[in-house]
Amino acid sequence: MLEGKSAIVTGGSRGIGRAIALELAKRGANVLVNYAGSEAKAQAVVEEMEALGVRAIKFQADVANESEVKEMVKTAIDNFGSVDILVNNAGITRDNLLMRMKETEFDEVINTNLKGVFVCTKAVTRQMMKQRFGKIINVASIVGVSGNPGQANYVAAKAGVIGLTKSAAKELASRNILVNAVAPGFISTDMTDALTGEQREGMLSLIPLAKLGEPEDVAKVVRFLASDDANYITGQTIHIDGGMVM
Amino acid sequence: MADVFDRVKEIIVDKLDVEESKVTMEASFKDDLEADSLDVVELVMELEDEFDMEIADEEAEKINTVGDAVNYIKNLQG
Repeated sequence: MLEGKSAIVTGGSRGIGRAIALELAKRGANVLVNYAGSEAKAQAVVEEMEALGVRAIKFQADVANESEVKEMVKTAIDNFGSVDILVNNAGITRDNLLMRMKETEFDEVINTNLKGVFVCTKAVTRQMMKQRFGKIINVASIVGVSGNPGQANYVAAKAGVIGLTKSAAKELASRNILVNAVAPGFISTDMTDALTGEQREGMLSLIPLAKLGEPEDVAKVVRFLASDDANYITGQTIHIDGGMVM
Repeated sequence: MADVFDRVKEIIVDKLDVEESKVTMEASFKDDLEADSLDVVELVMELEDEFDMEIADEEAEKINTVGDAVNYIKNLQG
């Protein structure tokens, strides 16, 4: 399905990013896994992908740092010969009530979760324009659509990602670069493991399918958007949330 | 002199699919060669590759005519 394609997945060492990297590899794509700090985990993902018979590399970079990101994209091109798919997944949380939120907490989240998407998108666009082909998939969040108390920074960044997705889709469509977002709801990862039992119960009551999603549920939609099956879809945000926000 | 212009012209003709005769030093990319802003960005990328140089975004924004591009490249080449 993705044989011969090459992909960059940011924040690919853990959680949803890891599942996406593995899913793309399973379908034949060569994958560069970007990570911020967890080198051992990134290495483990690389080995798992190599076992699937594709080429895989890990690359440490701060997604909001333009020179590091340029180097990352260059590494992908040098190794794989192209960049066909970019998955902007890297994200952090610094939850706090608006009244208590520090400026640094706001800035850090906007920097990684929103500016990072801009920087990485800009960096791959040159190559994708030349190729006259590209799939960019941004991992937003359902709270970027619905809002969420205690996450003003995260929600602002994710809503920003959805807007950025639409603008990029319109700008790049003429060069056959398709840009979409996915908006996961509550997915079982380290981020949701940190929730208390009470928070979890409250959440489940809001989900028509009455269960948490798995990282693979997100990965499969990303794989679909990255594939030729989705060549007439651009600028969209696909909710993967068990029906929580309609 | 002519060398840079000829190489630039060749890229423009190829990328923008315009008649060679339309590509003069005075020709404006947007007004005379019917390029949109994304075409100009792409053209600058091609010129960077052709002449093996990097044109900063601030400089690229000032390139409006074929002559701007040719002169910019010549200046960099010294």
